[in-house]
Amino acid sequence: MAVDEQVLYSVKNVKKYYPVKGGMLQRVKSHVKAVDGITLDIYKGETLGVVGESGCGKSTLGRTILGLESLTEGELVFNGNNISNHSSRQLKPFKKEMQMIFQDPYASLNPKQRIGDALEEALIIHTNLSAPKRREKVIRLLNEVGLKEEHYDRYPHEFSGGQRQRIGIARAISINPSFIVCDEPVSALDVSVQAQVIKLLKDLQEKHGLTYLFVSHDLGVVRHLCNRVLVMYLGQMVELAPVDKLYENPTHPYTEALLSAIPRPAVGRKRERVRLTGDLPSPSNPPAGCPFHTRCPIAKDHCTTEKPAWRQIDEGHFIACHER
Amino acid sequence: MKDTVLEVTNLVTKFKSADGLLPAVRGASFSVKKGETLCIVGESGCGKSITALSIMGLLPSNGLITDGSITFNDQNLASMSPKEMQRLRGNDVSMIFQEPMTALNPVFTVGFQIREPLMIHQKLSKKKAHARGIELLKMVGIPSPAERMNQYPHELSGGMRQRVMIAIALSCNPSLLIADEPTTALDVTIQAQIIDLLNDLKEQLDMSMIMITHDMGVVAEIADRVIVMYAGEVIEEGRVEEIFENPQHPYTKGLLSSVPNVDDPDFDLKPIAGSMPMLNEQISGCRFHPRCPHAFDKCFHESPKTFSVTDKQHVRCWLQEEEVAQNGGRRASSL
Repeated sequence: MAVDEQVLYSVKNVKKYYPVKGGMLQRVKSHVKAVDGITLDIYKGETLGVVGESGCGKSTLGRTILGLESLTEGELVFNGNNISNHSSRQLKPFKKEMQMIFQDPYASLNPKQRIGDALEEALIIHTNLSAPKRREKVIRLLNEVGLKEEHYDRYPHEFSGGQRQRIGIARAISINPSFIVCDEPVSALDVSVQAQVIKLLKDLQEKHGLTYLFVSHDLGVVRHLCNRVLVMYLGQMVELAPVDKLYENPTHPYTEALLSAIPRPAVGRKRERVRLTGDLPSPSNPPAGCPFHTRCPIAKDHCTTEKPAWRQIDEGHFIACHER
Repeated sequence: MKDTVLEVTNLVTKFKSADGLLPAVRGASFSVKKGETLCIVGESGCGKSITALSIMGLLPSNGLITDGSITFNDQNLASMSPKEMQRLRGNDVSMIFQEPMTALNPVFTVGFQIREPLMIHQKLSKKKAHARGIELLKMVGIPSPAERMNQYPHELSGGMRQRVMIAIALSCNPSLLIADEPTTALDVTIQAQIIDLLNDLKEQLDMSMIMITHDMGVVAEIADRVIVMYAGEVIEEGRVEEIFENPQHPYTKGLLSSVPNVDDPDFDLKPIAGSMPMLNEQISGCRFHPRCPHAFDKCFHESPKTFSVTDKQHVRCWLQEEEVAQNGGRRASSL
């Protein structure tokens, strides 16, 4: 995976708030701040991992970047084009370049639609290939993701979880996108099948020069697949670093805790665990100051009032923390 | 030698379906000693949860135990009446489920649900049960337990709900706790809390535990002994060190090398080809042979015998016989 330093997608101060309504008149009472100010450059050919616990806004970030959610604030620049305020018609040529792989491939396939038809749909919308050409292309896609021609006429329920995820991948790459958001693509799969799908994603990236935004809670998979990793907490950026730096030298206390919490498949080595107390605070009422201060083992007084600045501590290594 | 709490011998559990009786568990044998944690590892569909439900007598209505015995403290659970089972369940044996939201009743308070087993099994008065409930919630690390007693499950976070489940399961001091993927639905930092909690409680209360999981990391954290199941069969059994450091069955090896290692950037991920067979699939010989990279003639025709690697480690694989023949030493046991 050669990563050149060319920015494919630039995300500037993106925010996504969901209104919470209540009372007799259904007035907007407050907002759930799902994504709260993310600024990122995604480079051509890289795999950028986004990790965090459930509710940290990592999936919403992926969906917002693809234009599946409207922006509350911020700017999206894809390949030099500002697409933040595009209408859906204006977005169409860009959507061809960006695709998504979902977590639950069964929920994202129409149970009444044959696999061949499901895969053909994107080709009908985005290309002007003739019907026999489309069929040919779909069969080529099926082969590419490790399925067979005879699967063309089958329905989603006839496939295993791993096979369905392969169909989801085939659909995402069918119109030759340059950028794919993978939202927990392997977390619903069994470990042996999970490894197959990871290999497939890697192979396809090499072959087509794809750029991935890989949203996951599984830090093992992320280390294996990603070049850079962004850690999120309550919709905000906590740490961003090249993968080896993040795993060998985690600097933000949350990243440390996250890494030390993973059960390692090896016996005998007892590690010192950074214990986090308590749960994730609600994103509708995030703590003032540093969002992590309520669970942070090294929090000081000013952490509860001042929001830490996003700063660089090493080449390509950024954190938001007062104390480190 | 510690005494055995649970002994499962040649358990066969089948399901009635349109295609006839389909075996989900095909002759599983294992035992759990006092104070020991046994992990049952395998992928979905391997029969690990059905094994647990068979022990608990909680099989769905179309499932039945057709063969084998489950001996718990000298009683055969497989032949017990539902009434007798009820007296045992939640009392001597209890279970924690994967999804605490579906296991807790949404319309009753936490307090009601934690008092219930105490009032039924230990015949405590409501007042005493309430006091004991608060103690239990404190034991599983829930802050301000007295207030939590009046809350409903939806008011708690996932980690808290699982702690409540653990408190309920432990309320009558069971001698055996079965935990079916108790941390799978939780985030890693919460998972770490729950694993630490289970490890602490097990020592405190000196109980035995069966932990069902697909996560090899969790196994390494918590297990004393491990059994690996594949397509309804126990294919390898051993102490946790043996399973991780000297796995013998190709499937166990495959499982270990298909989990990406967090600490090793150059970890070579080797997936197992193919997928788990369906319940109704007829496979001759070893049930793993279609996916096994080392399968040879014998694997296609004959179901493998169990071979002993050490006194604790046993493997169901014909490759062992080859090795035995080469080394000339160890002999096959008929376990």
